[in-house]
Amino acid sequence: MLINEIRVLVKKEIQMEWRQKYAIHGLLLYLASTIFVCYLSFKAKQQAINPITWNTLFWLIILFMAVNAIGKSFTQESKQRNIFYYSIVSPEAVIYSKIFYNSLVMIGISFIGILFYSWVMGNPVGNLPLYLLSLILGAIGFSATLTMVAGIAAQGENSATLMSVLSFPIIIPLLLILLKLSKSAMDGISMQENWDEMATLASLDVIVIVLSGILFPYIWRH
Amino acid sequence: METLKKNYWKIACMLLLIYTIWAGFMGKVPRQAILNETVRNLYFHVTMWFTMIFLLGTSVYHSIQYLRKSDIKSDLISNAYVETGLVFATLGLVTGSLWAKFTWGDWWTNDPKLNSVAIGLLIYLAYGLVRSSMPDEQQKARISNVYNIFAFVIFMILIWILPRMTDSLHPGNGGNPGFSKYDLDSNMRLVFYPAIIAWTILGYWIANLRIRIKKLEHITSENE
Repeated sequence: MLINEIRVLVKKEIQMEWRQKYAIHGLLLYLASTIFVCYLSFKAKQQAINPITWNTLFWLIILFMAVNAIGKSFTQESKQRNIFYYSIVSPEAVIYSKIFYNSLVMIGISFIGILFYSWVMGNPVGNLPLYLLSLILGAIGFSATLTMVAGIAAQGENSATLMSVLSFPIIIPLLLILLKLSKSAMDGISMQENWDEMATLASLDVIVIVLSGILFPYIWRH
Repeated sequence: METLKKNYWKIACMLLLIYTIWAGFMGKVPRQAILNETVRNLYFHVTMWFTMIFLLGTSVYHSIQYLRKSDIKSDLISNAYVETGLVFATLGLVTGSLWAKFTWGDWWTNDPKLNSVAIGLLIYLAYGLVRSSMPDEQQKARISNVYNIFAFVIFMILIWILPRMTDSLHPGNGGNPGFSKYDLDSNMRLVFYPAIIAWTILGYWIANLRIRIKKLEHITSENE
């Protein structure tokens, strides 16, 4: 039942995105221009870039993309339509479908991002599969946390400001573990030696998803 | 609120606090290189974090109560506990900073525990922003209590899990000797445990005074 509702809602999200492509185009253009600005201000001037800066810069780009992409989750649809959803599906289905859909978008964005980023900025990553895995775990974590925050922020008066103020401190624990894991991936450390970080990251993702599922029904009830 | 009318626990709290301060400054402490007399900060710094976690945890309990029963009183209580918890967090940060100056040589060092707590304060300041941005009372209560539970879980991950994954300058982390090893001898325990109880009761007391003020404010705003 719940699975069915989630499937229908995810399908609806994809179709809506597909019908008005400007949102996803805008996101990709934003990604490309941010990366190019970083290239101009770091690589083009100094020729070389410190691997740590390379990594941190990439995660910051992904973070800003995530805040922008996910921030609109609850504001793009009209109030009447939200009431319609409220009457036909369970709130858990709404939040899980949004988290699932946002994860898909973020995984896509970060993979396109890493391609373009490596193209202009070079790629010093030693263990690429591990780096891509950290991107996937990061995308899921970002979507889960930020979807919940977007739900909270959408209730306020000035939701754009609220979204950025709420999301940045709350995303830092996730970002710190991600930076640590992706740094080991850059140094070419094998997957076996990073089980700890991966397990922490995966369990953090699960905790946030479950917590969102529990808490979201209370903010949806308005 | 009945407990607030009784006096025995307030007297106990005051006596314990006087004992903590007297024994904290006058009592015997083991001599340690670098730490020296600053080891006494254990009674005044570490206890702040115990109290803060107690207060924030109680606040989450009342947040859950609010979400279950939608009683506005639970929201006021939860809010008062968060505010008092933040006071203790600030005190913990200040006493820690003072201690860091005399042992590590700097007011602020790049230590994961310090940074985590600073981020935690930012998370809770955002909680205040959430509250002030909602005009409707019930909506404000619902959203801020949801955020409070969410923030508490993230904050606990931040201060319990993350510092253990990296080296810290704190005693007991990253190869530094912990208090529990040999600093915390039986003499210090005699002060440390009463100190935890005393500061926690004090936090509870302050929070309950805040709750009373908030309830009175709520009544007057309803009568207007």
